[in-house]
Amino acid sequence: MRAPRAPGGVLSAGVSLRVEVLWWQGCPSWEQAIELVRAEMAGAGLDPATLRVTEVQTDDDAGREGFVGSPTVRVGGVDIQPTEDEPTGLTCRIYRRRDGRVSPLPDPQDIRDALAAALTGDT
Amino acid sequence: MTEHASLQIGDLAPPLELPDTAGRLTTLPFPGEAPATVVVWTSNHCPYAIAWHDRLMDVARDYAEQGVRTVHVNSNDPERKPADSYEAMQQRVRDEEWACPYLHDDSQDAARAWGPLTTPDVFVLDTDLRLRYRGAPDADYDDPAQEASWMRAALDAVISGGVPEPAETKPVGCSLKWKE
Repeated sequence: MRAPRAPGGVLSAGVSLRVEVLWWQGCPSWEQAIELVRAEMAGAGLDPATLRVTEVQTDDDAGREGFVGSPTVRVGGVDIQPTEDEPTGLTCRIYRRRDGRVSPLPDPQDIRDALAAALTGDT
Repeated sequence: MTEHASLQIGDLAPPLELPDTAGRLTTLPFPGEAPATVVVWTSNHCPYAIAWHDRLMDVARDYAEQGVRTVHVNSNDPERKPADSYEAMQQRVRDEEWACPYLHDDSQDAARAWGPLTTPDVFVLDTDLRLRYRGAPDADYDDPAQEASWMRAALDAVISGGVPEPAETKPVGCSLKWKE
């Protein structure tokens, strides 16, 4: 069942939907990633201003944040394209787009699906 | 980020003598031997280099018919990026259809001499081995329809004896992984 929601990325049940972008300055697409996620949040009826943006600056930061590459997008604490056994560190992340292409940016549909799943509680 | 001298437009290219994935030493052509030469710094681990790779291979194939020589070079420290080890380069060439030699710069001396800023970073040399274009293959790593148009335009200009316009664009990609 779809949970009713209030503006600002906060579900009416009082549970915040935490949407995050973690980025490293060594990968030039981080600003595009933030724009992309904000656009998808707006499309999902969430307030893009609630996006949490975190710069990861050191390997220690990366380890602490579980950061496996830039950009990393999480919805409700869950990576939109989870990786297996990927080491944490300052690196650029490889995304596989739905048409099979490799890209430094996630597929917008993956973000859309992650937001929809979190908003419907289907995670 | 480590700073190194970077080749400027009009500069004579530094010597390049590196092993390919079969262990063969590969060098630049002699002056006058090829109408143009393309040297691309690339890597296995970088999404930008991977995203542009097929376009770069298409350019190597298409322009080989006109005598253009192309090499790709990987200078990354495999301690920092295991995906860029010599063995991983060899595996990649076995798995994919490469249109040009993939050279291993283990000492990073070539990278220090040429000064690539990112992977990929494209260098187009004229027949006298002077740098005539430097930068990105095209305007968008995420759009295969761009077909490495900046690089193709630069090659067309150089082959016809002209001057690429622009001669330089901002390379976009992952930083070089220097040995510490």
